[in-house]
Amino acid sequence: MHPAPRALRRAVSAATIALLATAVGCAPQPEDKATTSSSGSAAKSCAPGKLATKTSGKLTVATDEPAYEPWFKDDKPANGKGFESAVAYAVAERLGYGRGAVVWQSVPFNKAFAPGAKTFDFDINQVSISTERKKAVDFSSGYYDVRQAVIALKGGKAAKATSIADLRNLKLGAQVGTTSLDYITDVVKPKQQAAVYAKNDQAKSALKNGQVDAVVTDLPTAFYITSAEVTDARIVGQFENQGAAPEQFGLVLDKGSALTSCVSGAVDALRKDGTLARIEKQWLSDAVDAPVLK
Amino acid sequence: MTVTKGESAREGADDEGDMTGGAGDPVPGATDGYTPSARRLERERHKRARARRATAVAALSTLVTAVVLYLVVVNAPGWPRTKETFFSAQYAREALPKVLDGLWLNVRLLFVCGAAVLVLGMLIAIARTLRGPVFFPLRALAAAYTDFFRGLPLIINLMIVVLGVPALRLQGVTVDPVLLGGTALTLTYSAYVAEVFRAGIESVHPSQRAAARSLGLTNRQALRYVVLPQAVRRQVPPLLNDLVSLQKDTGLVSIGGAIDAVRAADIIVGRSLNYTPYIVAGLVFVALTIPMTRFTDWVTARMDRQRAQGGSL
Repeated sequence: MHPAPRALRRAVSAATIALLATAVGCAPQPEDKATTSSSGSAAKSCAPGKLATKTSGKLTVATDEPAYEPWFKDDKPANGKGFESAVAYAVAERLGYGRGAVVWQSVPFNKAFAPGAKTFDFDINQVSISTERKKAVDFSSGYYDVRQAVIALKGGKAAKATSIADLRNLKLGAQVGTTSLDYITDVVKPKQQAAVYAKNDQAKSALKNGQVDAVVTDLPTAFYITSAEVTDARIVGQFENQGAAPEQFGLVLDKGSALTSCVSGAVDALRKDGTLARIEKQWLSDAVDAPVLK
Repeated sequence: MTVTKGESAREGADDEGDMTGGAGDPVPGATDGYTPSARRLERERHKRARARRATAVAALSTLVTAVVLYLVVVNAPGWPRTKETFFSAQYAREALPKVLDGLWLNVRLLFVCGAAVLVLGMLIAIARTLRGPVFFPLRALAAAYTDFFRGLPLIINLMIVVLGVPALRLQGVTVDPVLLGGTALTLTYSAYVAEVFRAGIESVHPSQRAAARSLGLTNRQALRYVVLPQAVRRQVPPLLNDLVSLQKDTGLVSIGGAIDAVRAADIIVGRSLNYTPYIVAGLVFVALTIPMTRFTDWVTARMDRQRAQGGSL
């Protein structure tokens, strides 16, 4: 007859309950003060170099790894080469952060949108702005008007397509989570289920291997693929814009981020003074027009 | 009423047995007209009370834990956004039909690959356990196969098969990503399952084989009628593990562009940046696994019952 076990059990259960109770009151992550989701609310003065960034005095910019051409060069976002790298540095400059004050971070596409504290100030990753996505994150103003294009092997079934109807009976492919895929499902409405790939790399292989007849990507990527990666493919054509406003890429910020209005202001200013156009000409200059598929 | 020291009821006794076997216990049923002593009745009453108390305490502590967890989650500062992002009814409704469409692919792959894996795994296991020097190359091949395919990460295996084989441009070889993906899955999983079967075969006591041989069964008959039935029966739980694992890995054929349940969820997530479709797909997979587990439990129990009637060990 030992009273110890009972006393012990009582102590243990009491401790457990106490522990759980403290867990309720355990210190949560401090939320940003700017939980009002109106991104343009009473913009704090966007004092150059003095924004409420993750690391004070530094601007943390995120993108996915690998970073693809022509948006980035040599998979090194920090080298300032490639369209999006150049845009990121131009925006940073506008906000008062010189090249030395920009820190790059590798964040996978999906992780950039997960709720919870963000590790970056903004993400630049060819993310198209949509009202649906705005429920999950903040977007800056658009920094690039994007169009979607169709790539097919020369001499393949799709190479002669001149209209959307010509694509309907083909096996099409696109990367998951892209507006390219939306164009396939909403505009082309193909008879066969489209092939959906995790990365454009796999879509390219599938195109080479004849597993799909054509692949849809954005126009600059399409130019890069046909000129450098799959040289026996050509751009069949591009889609007309769906909807009234052009599809645009925007910088992604945390929902209700205090920086959204400042970053948007910087992008607008860059568009106004012609910097964006200049960068586009420099890095995406060969993205000339392709025939429009009606 | 106090209990004497010799027969004090044990603290927290939670066994429901009515035979304590304490000192001085009369043997029940030994004589007719037996009436339990007052002390025994008292002891049983005491035990029932203890059991009731234990149940009540368990229920209370479970309730407290549940409430605490609920409060922790719901009072977390990020809960409203988490709820919106992971548990949105609107997106769940949108995702479910598409996820179920995709799941049909998973289920078909599971049945076809599962059957192929069981057959191939069994053949490899038998090849590895063959006796006799003449079978050495076969044993070595089977061992090399299991070593290689168990070690090779499945995702790389799939990449090579799904994206590499079509690049060879062989006449008459399919480029269908689902067929190729199924082949890759079968290669990897038959290596796992072969090892499970082999462990089962080797766990059957040698005396069983010896007895079978001494009864005049050939080697093949001994394997077929004596060793394998015991080996397989013992290995049902680990086999089921591998099948459930296969069921979830069927989704990896989406590397080749095929749309399975998870990829269907992926598509909606990518468009909307709302993660609810993942939750839906996850629950659908769990719902698929549970009946499978119950079914195999039932089969195993039935086999055990039949075996018990046979009276063999």
